[in-house]
Amino acid sequence: MSVWADLIPEFDLEEMVVAPWTAEFDPFGWILLMGFLVAFTCGLVGNFIVARRMALVGDAISHSLLPGIVLAFMLTASLAIPVMLVGAMVAGVATTVLIEIIHKNSRVKTDAALGIVFSLFFAVGVILINLYTSEVHFDAECVLYGEIEYLTLAERISLGLVEVPLPIVWMLGVGLVVVGLVVLLYKELLVTSFDPGLARSLGIPVGVYHYGLMAVLSVVIVSAFEAVGVILVIAMLIFPATTAAMLSNRLPVMLAMSLCLAAVYAVGGLHLALILDSNIAGSMVVVAGSLFGLVWLFSPQRGLLVRWVHSVRQKTKYAENLTS
Amino acid sequence: MHRPTTKIAAAHGQWIQWICLFILLAGVSPVEGARVGDYVETHWSDQVARFWSFDDPAVRFAVMGTLLMGVCCGVLGSFLVVRKFALVGDTLAHAVCPGIALGFLWNVSKDPLAIFIGATLAGLLGTVVVHWIKATTHLKEDSALGMVLSGFYAIGICLFSMIQNLEVANKSGLDKFMFGQAAALAENDVKLMAYITLFSLGVIILFYKEFLVASFDSVFARAIGVPYLFFHYTMMVLLTFAVVVSLQATGLVLVSALLITPAATAYLLTDRMHHMLILAAFLGALSGLFGAFLSFLGNGLPTGPFMVVSASVLFALGFLFAPRHGWVPRWWRRRRRTARIQAENTLKAIYQVMERRDFSEDAIRVAELASRRNVSVAAIESELSALVSYNFVTRSAAQPDGQFVDDKTIAFTPSGWQRACEIVRNHRLWELYLTNAALYAVDHVHDDAEKIEHILGEDTVRKLERCLEHPENDPHGKRIPTTQNLHSYAPPGTGPEGRPTSHGGHT
Repeated sequence: MSVWADLIPEFDLEEMVVAPWTAEFDPFGWILLMGFLVAFTCGLVGNFIVARRMALVGDAISHSLLPGIVLAFMLTASLAIPVMLVGAMVAGVATTVLIEIIHKNSRVKTDAALGIVFSLFFAVGVILINLYTSEVHFDAECVLYGEIEYLTLAERISLGLVEVPLPIVWMLGVGLVVVGLVVLLYKELLVTSFDPGLARSLGIPVGVYHYGLMAVLSVVIVSAFEAVGVILVIAMLIFPATTAAMLSNRLPVMLAMSLCLAAVYAVGGLHLALILDSNIAGSMVVVAGSLFGLVWLFSPQRGLLVRWVHSVRQKTKYAENLTS
Repeated sequence: MHRPTTKIAAAHGQWIQWICLFILLAGVSPVEGARVGDYVETHWSDQVARFWSFDDPAVRFAVMGTLLMGVCCGVLGSFLVVRKFALVGDTLAHAVCPGIALGFLWNVSKDPLAIFIGATLAGLLGTVVVHWIKATTHLKEDSALGMVLSGFYAIGICLFSMIQNLEVANKSGLDKFMFGQAAALAENDVKLMAYITLFSLGVIILFYKEFLVASFDSVFARAIGVPYLFFHYTMMVLLTFAVVVSLQATGLVLVSALLITPAATAYLLTDRMHHMLILAAFLGALSGLFGAFLSFLGNGLPTGPFMVVSASVLFALGFLFAPRHGWVPRWWRRRRRTARIQAENTLKAIYQVMERRDFSEDAIRVAELASRRNVSVAAIESELSALVSYNFVTRSAAQPDGQFVDDKTIAFTPSGWQRACEIVRNHRLWELYLTNAALYAVDHVHDDAEKIEHILGEDTVRKLERCLEHPENDPHGKRIPTTQNLHSYAPPGTGPEGRPTSHGGHT
């Protein structure tokens, strides 16, 4: 089968492993940094999203942003990042509000409400694009693949000594804001995420934190999706949190792990993409999925292996008790 | 991945960035071929005629395809919606992605059978992984679904980008399997849809009872020996079939809406599962028809998004106007109930004012009622006009003895008198029941009775009376109007006989 041989290029240590760190550091360094920033920022927010059992709300919001961005573009005829962000934030909060309205005022459950709302928003976005912006040629590949590679084509601004691509500066800013918010509001976020009842009795406005988190989530998603594509944003939200949750019960530890995992995703994703000659964002998620798989099998507290050994031990112990 | 250096060489400045953002915005907008309207460039009224005459074979296949899809997805989606599994459909739709790529790579051609098999296997593997993660970790269902959705999708994306770099001829149309093309449905696609739909409906009709019990009560299903896992996975197989054939017409992201939205609408309209299945099939077919029609009206409009919008409009109508569970009927019922309780409270107050005077007078003044209810005269006026419109009281009080000559006096009509007696009786019976049978303290029973007096039915009243051995007085010593003398009571003003006398009312 020659196809399978053609599919994966021959392994070249120099070009695929060494070069990104030496000769071609200029494009690859930025790609690595961007990948890391996206994964880290998403991972940080994702820990709280997963704790609230709202992993799929991230999915819904990432789809619902589309009409918000298109409407913002149609109203202002500008593609400036702040305009997009406002549109995205409005769409994101509107999604969560609409889901809540349907869920609270009818017998339809949250999951179905989620599916209804995000598909409607996405469909409206697609229709708007088709009706009003049809002169632009669409290449659908791009949205699937999330072109982190286009980073090298982006406008650069000078920060002291180095010229930094604009999207990286932007993502860095969003990341720092998220880190600042998490540090400042750590206690409130912790309580509202894990025990809303307690938070309410302590006088913390749970609703404000809920919608605030949704707004932050929208900003993070819209900043990140240019790099990793609409659907892979969700992977970056969920995988760091679930992988960390298999290894620890402590939120600070999990947040720190998100940092390490983000670095591993970025480096691993880049090299995997070079080795397989595939898409970088997709490869980052494949690395994330494989890491989760490893942790699922070998986690010292919760891994399948440990569970299996434990159950075998228990069985032998039980058998011994029976026979003795 | 292409080497970034070559991309820089091909750079055209900033507008590439613009286009890239636009491309990102485009989402899963169907690419070429997905447009019914491409076939014609005419006035919209001609388009309408063309569509509904069904002469055009492309229109016929598109309509038949979307109808079948609507029926199939509506029926199968109902089981997802009632099981709170709605987002499994979304996960399935994304999980088939690597299967499509592998099906293509099987013999490097767009062989529909290979792709169908690959996609089905990938979708099933996805559901199995979700099940495993849930069974063997502490992670919740939403995380498991999200991980499988994005993880499988990422594998698919990597495979697709690798295929793009391959030097083979027929790779170009592959993304159509992901983006959908209702208009370009061929006879074979529609046939496949028909077989899948018939097969799914057959399986569901054959094992309806088993699916029903497995969906609503899995523990009970296991207890009575229904192999729950077998039916769970059978349902997943059927769903994967439905998703894979629907992908061709609606695209990857929107196919889950076809599973969820019509079924959720049906869920609002009925409480019986078999009614829900029929309704969901009907609503799904309706959405498909409208979607195909709307996309046909304009030029270059995709079908999938219009199907979703049609389904969502139907859902919005159901959400607002469903007879039992709709928002407007519930709001209306709530309003009517509030108005009734208000009116009954006013009637009771009039009764109490009369009772305080031992029913010696047949009418009372508005000011007396207002001070009794502890509200302003204006508020009483609006309550009274409601009572007058129900024909419970009259406002003309020209008494023969001329005691109340002003028209600010209130008298019961016979029906108003009876209703007032019933409410007072309910209240006092309940107070007595709470003190005697439930051993409440006498000063704790009023608030409870205040609520229940509006709800007690006649049969419950009979039971209470029997249980309390037909009491005469409530715990506060006031007289309870009873059924025996209730109907023989004449309203005040028609004669003295049969009036209850307040017993110890002035203590």
